[in-house]
Amino acid sequence: MTTNLKAADLVQADRVHTSLYTSAEIFDEEMSKIFESTWVWVAHESEVPEAGSYKNTFVGKQPVIVVRDRKGEIRVLLNRCRHRCATVCEGKKGKTQSFVCPYHGWAFGLDGALRNVPYEGSYGSEGLDKKLFPLPGLRVESYQGMVFATFKEDIEPLVDYLGPAKKWMDLFMKQGAGYGIEVPGEQRFRFPGNWKIQLENTTDAYHFPLVHKSFLTTLDPQALDTFSFMEGDGFVEDLGNGHSVMVMIPELVDLEAHLDQPIPERFAELAAELAKQGLDDLKVRKIVRAVGGTGFNLNIFPNIACSMAFFRVLRPISVEETEIHHSVINMKDGPEIANQYRLRLHEYFQGPLGFGTPDDGEAWCRVQAGVHACGREEKDKWIMVNRGLPIEKQGADGPRSDVTGETGMRAAYQQWKKLMSA
Amino acid sequence: MSLQTLHEVTAFLWQEADLLDHKEHDAWIALWEESGRYIVPIDPESTDYANTLNYSNDDHAMRKMRAHRLRSGEAVSTTPAPRTARSTSRIVILKEDGDTIVVRAAQNLREFHKDRFRHYTSNIEYTLKRAGGSFKIAQKVIRLLNSDDAIASIGYIL
Ligand code: FES
Ligand SMILES: [Fe+2]
Repeated sequence: MTTNLKAADLVQADRVHTSLYTSAEIFDEEMSKIFESTWVWVAHESEVPEAGSYKNTFVGKQPVIVVRDRKGEIRVLLNRCRHRCATVCEGKKGKTQSFVCPYHGWAFGLDGALRNVPYEGSYGSEGLDKKLFPLPGLRVESYQGMVFATFKEDIEPLVDYLGPAKKWMDLFMKQGAGYGIEVPGEQRFRFPGNWKIQLENTTDAYHFPLVHKSFLTTLDPQALDTFSFMEGDGFVEDLGNGHSVMVMIPELVDLEAHLDQPIPERFAELAAELAKQGLDDLKVRKIVRAVGGTGFNLNIFPNIACSMAFFRVLRPISVEETEIHHSVINMKDGPEIANQYRLRLHEYFQGPLGFGTPDDGEAWCRVQAGVHACGREEKDKWIMVNRGLPIEKQGADGPRSDVTGETGMRAAYQQWKKLMSA
Repeated sequence: MSLQTLHEVTAFLWQEADLLDHKEHDAWIALWEESGRYIVPIDPESTDYANTLNYSNDDHAMRKMRAHRLRSGEAVSTTPAPRTARSTSRIVILKEDGDTIVVRAAQNLREFHKDRFRHYTSNIEYTLKRAGGSFKIAQKVIRLLNSDDAIASIGYIL
């Protein structure tokens, strides 16, 4: 590390060191000690619906293919031909029978097995021992349709790693309103800043009224009231293993509760249309509540958040560049009109042309620009994450502070420290 | 299809481009039919904009809110506002049906924001309706060439 401090010193209880955002050496170490050593989110199962459906993504810096094989199992394979390294799969998503390398034609099955090598005679009369050259697969496990992969064969089972985050994932999936959920698309954008700036932001309610003022002013009074949560009963709680939850709107934690409450004005037309389609009142209420999304953000270390109504995925590009995907969530085979509402609500706030995301992005750019003003002395090189620390109390699963507290960031940085010290 | 129509359409699109580059948003909104949609798709093949995720799919109310957001001074991403100059060219009339004209054009847009230039190239499809000696926009679909890649924030109207 470029600084003479060790991982253990770079993260303190209430602050983290500037070099966490600026050191290329630390970034490289993060790729191996964090992204290649823990469970990393790779897909929602709906993104690879059938045998042969694939999605190209990354675990840290390594390109991987998420693919459903012929038996219906989801595999995560390294996207590298075992001959001389060409990628065997291109495009963000698609469907294929097999992976044929474009360079010399080695052909791999959906399970990664090497099936065919052109002009094999040159490898001798026995040919090539094909079972020695499959596309290597990562360990894959999923929970609630969310698929995670890891390079670390002996890591704890995913469900243990998630721990108390699981119950929040259960709550999050109630947005399916009984239909189940699917991810039909995402917006992708990049910002010039370190990946942990985005990680922090998912449990940062503190920025909301200022950064998202231009969004808030477009809301009707009822919606504005819902989004005025700064001094409400919300909280941030450390869920262990770097995960945390930020509850902004407590009445929207359980989308199947409070179904008797009046339907918000902005969804009145939707409710009327659903009723017209013959859905009973309870179902209408359930769908309408689901359309609005949940009232919390769940941060799952290191790269995925269940953020109110969508998945927020981060991908580290370099120490000072990060790619973000905002994946929209629809009700699988749900009423078209309800899904259209969800799509339009997503476009409203999210993505590079939304009314919210660009302002987040600008704030993060400013963080990355400002972090270089770090003086010469150690005392000037710290990033403060102490908000809410003095009022933290034990919550259901870990330390809990008010909704604007930085408890979620402290949770993530303690996990960072643990993995980076290994 | 007459050259006269092409001239009229060209003049209209240049006027629109000029309004947008000079941030005359109220005048731009007045160019629209109220039922019109301003759409920036993600999927280059998409035509079912209602049932797919876009970057934006604005109705009249959203267009007005977007314009307001861009000049309100409340959005840190557009303060200072990006400066843009766009060239609209290769204007072709695809279809003329009564008062409705479908047009396709290429747009090269250069943006300067704070300390950097960006370049966005798009194919734009317009549905125009003849009205009062000019046109109203019934639909504008902006297909960024790199729409399915990761892009940066766009703090203006394309
Ligand atoms: S690099 Fe793939 S077949 Fe040669
Ligand atoms: Fe935000």
